[in-house]
Amino acid sequence: MLRKSTTVLLAAVIAVGALAGCSKKEPGGGSANDGKITLGFSQVGAESGWRTANTKSIQEAATAAGIDLKFSDAQQKQENQIQAIRSFIAQKVDVIAFSPVVESGWDAVLNEAKEAKIPVILTDRAIDSPDTSLYQTFLGSDFIKEGTLAGEWLAKQYEGKNDPVNIVELQGTTGSAPANDRKKGFGDVISKDPKFKIIASQTGDFTRAKGKEVMEAFLKAHQDIDVLFAHNDDMGLGAIEAIEAAGKKPGVDIKIITIDAVHDGMQALADGKINFIAECSPLLGPQLMELVKKVKAGESVEKRIVTNETTFTQDKAKAVLPERKY
Amino acid sequence: MTRFTAAARTAVTHRLFWPAAVLAVLVLGNVAFTPNFLHIEVRNGHLYGSLIDILRLGAPLVVVSLGMTVVIATRGIDLSVGSTIAISGALACLVISDSGDQNSVGGVLVAVGLALALSLVLGLWNGFLVAGIGIQPIIATLILMVGGRGIAQLITDGQIITINSDPYELIGGGYLATFPFSVLVAVVMIALTAFLARRTALGVLIEATGGNAEASRLAGIRARGIMVMVYLFCGLCAGIAGLMISSNVHSADGNNAGLWYELDAILAVVIGGTSLGGGRFSLGGTVLGALIIQALSTTVYTVGIPPETTMLFKAVVVTVVCLIQSPAFRAKVFGRRPRPTPTTPAEPAKIEVPA
Repeated sequence: MLRKSTTVLLAAVIAVGALAGCSKKEPGGGSANDGKITLGFSQVGAESGWRTANTKSIQEAATAAGIDLKFSDAQQKQENQIQAIRSFIAQKVDVIAFSPVVESGWDAVLNEAKEAKIPVILTDRAIDSPDTSLYQTFLGSDFIKEGTLAGEWLAKQYEGKNDPVNIVELQGTTGSAPANDRKKGFGDVISKDPKFKIIASQTGDFTRAKGKEVMEAFLKAHQDIDVLFAHNDDMGLGAIEAIEAAGKKPGVDIKIITIDAVHDGMQALADGKINFIAECSPLLGPQLMELVKKVKAGESVEKRIVTNETTFTQDKAKAVLPERKY
Repeated sequence: MTRFTAAARTAVTHRLFWPAAVLAVLVLGNVAFTPNFLHIEVRNGHLYGSLIDILRLGAPLVVVSLGMTVVIATRGIDLSVGSTIAISGALACLVISDSGDQNSVGGVLVAVGLALALSLVLGLWNGFLVAGIGIQPIIATLILMVGGRGIAQLITDGQIITINSDPYELIGGGYLATFPFSVLVAVVMIALTAFLARRTALGVLIEATGGNAEASRLAGIRARGIMVMVYLFCGLCAGIAGLMISSNVHSADGNNAGLWYELDAILAVVIGGTSLGGGRFSLGGTVLGALIIQALSTTVYTVGIPPETTMLFKAVVVTVVCLIQSPAFRAKVFGRRPRPTPTTPAEPAKIEVPA
């Protein structure tokens, strides 16, 4: 008897809580609310420092731009994200933005948004739907360009020299878009000059531990490594430790190029252990807010917008490191 | 001559023969591709070479697999070791990064103590679910496997915590008298486990519990206590491995540290010849199994097998290892049944082909 009444009580509390939750959301959700733009944003999750910086950038930019942000964390599950988008539609937000957890399976829910006449912006990751009318624009990094920038810097370093250059590559997670594209971008540039040779290429799963493990094996199998190209900073940082353990100087005996420019990577660059980093910036908040305003005002925007990104040499890293956010 | 063949036959029928042979073949196969694979030198004041890498990188897996072996011997399984690795490393790195002087030995010892204590709590939680409440081990430990990643991320706040602590680096990345410290830790753990399991009654009690929990309870063995104890031990082993792994890269990564480690550990136990059905277990086999898995990874990197085919390559090797260990398979293919020796009676075939 006691147990039953507790259950009923519990159910009642939950129901009241849910109702309260709904009613609380109602006023903020209305688009007619004092002219403020409402943006519903569904994030992938909080799986890395990069992602956390991305979230922070969007939240801060929204506040700065005076946009009412409804933020939802999908915890790396597509069904959570679809649910979040549906609830944004139900709340009649002005614009929906999201970083898709996976590439496929978005047509149904995005069609619902289209029918409700709510514009959609993709950030950071693309979807594979052939129907491009489902979203207004895709704002994110160009992974191929990042690889190309890395390759171009290397080509410039060895300009005018004819000795063969032996390169080892630490790839990202096999089959992931950044790994595929960065490999392609880098490979396309250096294949133009026959002196560049990739003598070993393995996946380091974007992690420090794997980066170190693979680099240790590379150092034993190949005595004459000139350059390391790592698809992200973390693998490069792991590899630096392996190189040091082998009694060589990272950045001097073996030149190191990475991508991302997270704080630890920038620190290593400033310390002279990395030679060059092509940035993959998570700070796309301000750009996103600008797009949201444009889309809301009915202006046309480009289908593909690349995040504002740059590259870092050792001197540049020393200069910007103190005010680096992530 | 006859004495030689008799000795050879004894060697072949020894339960550690096939895992040892596979490891030897892997290492020698590498020599064909990389002539200096066996070369070991002192560089930068410590031993340096591919074999040292295999031992050093294999150390955490060896330790985790020891814990997994005794859990599996009680007919259980612990899927949460990967998450425990992440939690232990995360907590240790957090405590060290919060302390004023990262290089103080006392501070590092506190961090290590806290991390290991938390690992024991996690092991106790698993033991409580399995032995106390009676949830099936695979489900009970699945809870922590999934939830533990969340705990680890909570501790690290979703970031990678980087530390610069020389005493902490010793655990997984440092050297003591030119020898990798993590290997020494693993050796101590092996010796300790072997002593407890083979020189005290504990091993027999564990095997009895795994063989038939109800019968052993009726025979006066406190099966529940034994089961809680093995999960505690497994948690501790995972905690130690977590320290080694995070120390090796001076950082804690709640997302990726120890990811899929539970599968590697289970595989190491199985390759080593311990039955997933519980009962008898082989610590020596487990150690060999863990080293085979690490040697396989190192082989992939040194030989240069393309990342796209790495998984397939590993799967093929593991399948071959499991098949070659199965007496039933060998009898079918080679047309003769290995005679069981008095000391090591042949186990039923189902035990030896779990993959």
